[in-house]
Formats: sequence, structure tokens, C-alpha cells
Amino acid sequence: MRSNTSPYAWWKLLAFILLIYAATMGFLGNVPRLAILNETIRNLYFHVPMWFAMTLFLLIAAVYSIVFLRTGNLKHDRISIEFTRTGMFFGILGLLTGMMWAKFTWGTFWTKDPKLNAAAIAMLIYTAYMILRDAIADEDKKARITAVYNIFAFPAFMALIYIMPRLTDSLHPGNGGNPGFNAYDRNREMNMIFYSSVIGFMLLGTWITTLRIRLRIWADKKDGLIIDSTQHAS
Amino acid sequence: MLLKKIYCILSMLVLSSISALAQQTESVAMADTFRSDGKIYVVITVVAIILIGLLVYLISLDKKIGKMEKEYNEQN
Repeated sequence: MRSNTSPYAWWKLLAFILLIYAATMGFLGNVPRLAILNETIRNLYFHVPMWFAMTLFLLIAAVYSIVFLRTGNLKHDRISIEFTRTGMFFGILGLLTGMMWAKFTWGTFWTKDPKLNAAAIAMLIYTAYMILRDAIADEDKKARITAVYNIFAFPAFMALIYIMPRLTDSLHPGNGGNPGFNAYDRNREMNMIFYSSVIGFMLLGTWITTLRIRLRIWADKKDGLIIDSTQHAS
Repeated sequence: MLLKKIYCILSMLVLSSISALAQQTESVAMADTFRSDGKIYVVITVVAIILIGLLVYLISLDKKIGKMEKEYNEQN
């Protein structure tokens, strides 16, 4: 069994096998013939996984914020910030791909759809997190204050993206009385491709994030900010 | 090894989809002509190349960071 930091760790290769499966079958597989949506239903395989992956990364970031507050180890703060960054990156991709999809099915890049506006607000909440980090010079203080912020940001994000659009009218499937995709047209084949894509993007994002974390901790060790636990008895 | 696996999966997917494409008859507009040329496979190959390129790039980045970590650990 190779370690997780090995470039050939099993889950890193699995990420690409799943993504290649999703990218090929995403084009070739059978999809239901639906008016207005037409072939754009295939965006389900690429647009929706962005949000699923973003949610996972922000959850991990919030969990590591809690862990950091308990341990006070800057390593955990670094894990939290880097997962937030990747989460935001996937969120931006989700917004852009969603805008493209909306243009050709709903007729405009941006609608008053509550899910769109909520997603935009959620992105702003996390942008504020980034700015807050840059505004505090002291490393420990920065880590502590932003960890608390991050813990509160995650439930706000969940409420904005997953709960609020369900309470009002929304164009998105599964919201505001609209049935979810799976209610009428997501068969077994589509589910397989969809979840391959979701897990593939989650693993790919995690891989990229671990690289960033390792680079950051390496730099922090050099600067003496993080002391190796093997040398430090605490 | 990996490439072999990927090609194996690719060819399986291509084969399985040929029979499926022949069954589409309803009147909702889909990319049928686009696919009847068979050239959709060109696009899929392009996407696959990009993904494989990304994999190779990430592996090399991973190796580089691993080397830096090793060097640091040996110094201290």
C-alpha cells in the first residue's frame, strides 16, 4: 500500500479513471430526450459535481477549523484555508458553467433565481474570509479568528445553497416544488456516470489541495512557523 | 500500465455506445447528425488527452513537492 503522499497513491489514479469514464460516457451515454434541455442535460455530469465537490471541501475546511481551535496547531489552520480555497475555486467553476447552461435553457446568463443569488452571496461570504485573513498580521490571532469565522460560514453556506432555494420558487430541479432530476429521468446509467464524476472531481480537488497544503507547510517549517511534531514534544 | 487500462476502458465505452445510438427515434432535437458522422469520438479523445495531460502534470508536481519535503527532512 502506497502512502497518501505518494504521487501514485490509489485514490489519485482512481480520480482520473473516474473522470475519464465520466468524460467519455458523459458524451456517449444515453440521456432522456427532453424539450428545452436537449443535449444540455449532459451538463448534469459536469456542472453539478462542481457544487458537490465544493460542499465537501468547505465541510472539510469547517471541520479542520474546529480541530484547529481544539489543538492550536497551525498545520490544521493550513489544511482549513487550503480546502476553503479549493472549494471557492470549484464554486467559481460552478457559477460559470451554470451561467453558460442557463443562457441556453433559461435564456439568460443570470436570472433572479434564488439559488443563483444565494450561491453568489455564499461566494462573497468566503471572499470576506480571505480578506479577513489578509487583514490580520499576527499568525496565531489570524488563525483563531478566521477559524471561528469559517465555522460560522459553513452553516450559512448550507442554508443559502441547499435550504433557502427550496423554500421559495426556483428554476433549479429539486427546488421550489420542481421535481429533482432523478424524479423523472435519471436512470441507472446516468446515475453511474454522475456519481463517477462527483467522486472523481472530489478526489481530484483533494489531490490538488493536499499538494498546496504540503507546499505551504514546507514553507512554514522553513520559516519556523510550524515546528515538526517529531522534534517538538507537546 | 495506466494508459493500457485507460485505453481498455475507452474502447469498452465506445463499443457499448454504438448499439445504443441506433435506437434513438423520437422527435426531440438531439445531436444525432453530429454523432452519425462518428466524429464525436474526436472530441472525446481530445478531452481524454487533456485529462491524461493533467494527470501527468499533477504527478510531476507531486513528485517535486515530495522531493522538497524529503530534502528538508534530511537537513533537519
